[in-house]
Amino acid sequence: MLRASRDVISRRGTGLASIWRYILAGLGLAALLVGILAVVYLTAPHSALGPDTSRSKKTASGLFVASFEPERGVIRQGELQSWLLTLKTAAGAPVEGAAITVSGGMPQHNHGLPTSPQATDYLGEGRYRIDGVKFTMSGWWQLRFAISAAAGSDSVVFNIVL
Amino acid sequence: MRRLARVASLAALAALALLGGCGKPQFSDAEKKTIASLALNTLPALKADTTNQYADVPAAAAFGSTLFFDVGMSRHGPMSCSTCHKIDRQFQDDLPQAVGVGRTNRRTMPLAGVARDPWFFWDGRRDSLWSQALTPLENPLEQAGNRAAFAHYIKNRFGERYERIFGPLPDLSTVPANASPLGTDAEKAAWSAMPARQQDDVNRVFANIGKAIAAFERSIEPQQARFDRFAIDLATGTKPQGDAAFSPEEVLGLKLFIGKANCVTCHNGPRFTDNSFHNTGVPPVNGLPPDRGRVDAVAQVQADPFNCFGKFRDGDASACRELRFMVKDGEQLVRAYKTPSLRGVADRPPYMHAGQFSSLDEVVAHYSKAPASIEGVSEVHPLDLSDRERAALVAFLKTMSE
Repeated sequence: MLRASRDVISRRGTGLASIWRYILAGLGLAALLVGILAVVYLTAPHSALGPDTSRSKKTASGLFVASFEPERGVIRQGELQSWLLTLKTAAGAPVEGAAITVSGGMPQHNHGLPTSPQATDYLGEGRYRIDGVKFTMSGWWQLRFAISAAAGSDSVVFNIVL
Repeated sequence: MRRLARVASLAALAALALLGGCGKPQFSDAEKKTIASLALNTLPALKADTTNQYADVPAAAAFGSTLFFDVGMSRHGPMSCSTCHKIDRQFQDDLPQAVGVGRTNRRTMPLAGVARDPWFFWDGRRDSLWSQALTPLENPLEQAGNRAAFAHYIKNRFGERYERIFGPLPDLSTVPANASPLGTDAEKAAWSAMPARQQDDVNRVFANIGKAIAAFERSIEPQQARFDRFAIDLATGTKPQGDAAFSPEEVLGLKLFIGKANCVTCHNGPRFTDNSFHNTGVPPVNGLPPDRGRVDAVAQVQADPFNCFGKFRDGDASACRELRFMVKDGEQLVRAYKTPSLRGVADRPPYMHAGQFSSLDEVVAHYSKAPASIEGVSEVHPLDLSDRERAALVAFLKTMSE
């Protein structure tokens, strides 16, 4: 009896029912795809979760606006490079005669910088040359500047991700 | 029913293809980029060494080659640079610690690409290739000579050849046969008794010996390995043929090297080194004197009269930025040693700065386990690699040879 009714369905299935099977299979495949994409998306690194890599920012207490750029425009891993730290007051006036000390490291690797960068020259208009910067490996680096000028002392941290 | 089965199997196949990438492509774009950055064809041309005006003078390199292999270049001959830096052994000696006149406390380093290093020795206690070459000449455990004796030796044996390259030799007639600020008490006394001008004369000849040897060593460059042939094919989208093709185990090893095992963090670039110093918890060797690595080398390189700030440097001080911006203190220097290049690594056990590990299996097991350092803080963290993963890493490291 069961077998007979199945045969009937099966015979009818050559018509309308087979389309439903395709649609069902298609839906299944789509669901699978969505699932796979979801897994890929959820396990992929999120840029939104990375450190703030802006090259220009207010110092910690808001005393200055600091920008930090490689002097020659590009970062070259493994090479000693000079960078420019530009300091302006909140009102936009260049900060002159600042005493600057540099520190930093790789927060995820438990080590400091491979070199001791220093503020070597004042180039005018609030621009200071920071020489001796070297990034020996890819990853998340931090450079911390302690700045002391007529307006007071403040600090700023720049994140650089290679 | 059959159709349903077919549709289902198609769906399963599609899912498999998506999950497994059908085995292809083997590498993500990020991985491909990293692999390309390790290939030898990305090695830039060797930069000029302005601190050594003879660095690229062929006659100086030829003279340096003579000195490098000259067994007269030691107090108790026959011994030369090539005694430990063996030309047919990647310029190293296969020993856990180098043996010159005595047994040293460090592994002989191979020389391929050495002219590209910013720092020399395992701890970076010298800052130029030419000042490095001078150090073993006077080390009592290595060539055990002294600079006055070397100056006399050069004048007697190679006088004409030296003068064609470096100009007239100074008058050495009143220079003691043996004298050096680093020698025995008698040699130190003899050195102190010399007038400053005469000390300068001898130091100048001594520095030129180093500059000639450095000129020769600049010609020792890394050779293409199986890895490079694979990497270049991968970068150009060519299917690697013959020995350029990697086995699945080697592919896994490479993926681990640039991924989960974090090797590429320090072993980066076409020489597989970041040219920096790290504490990786490598244990000390029983019976050897205390060895604190980079932290003790900082004072040594600063005190070296042949360093970049010294008067024997050619060119201007703009070449001295490595020394000028050197990290001088901090916990990170304690038991920190140079990241060695990995080119040809499988053919030269034992490994690490004092030959602590006799095989690559031991090296990889060390990094997988990441024990704490006996002093200072190790930068590496446990990886807990499986047996299969450790074997794959070793298989990959072997592709760094021809």
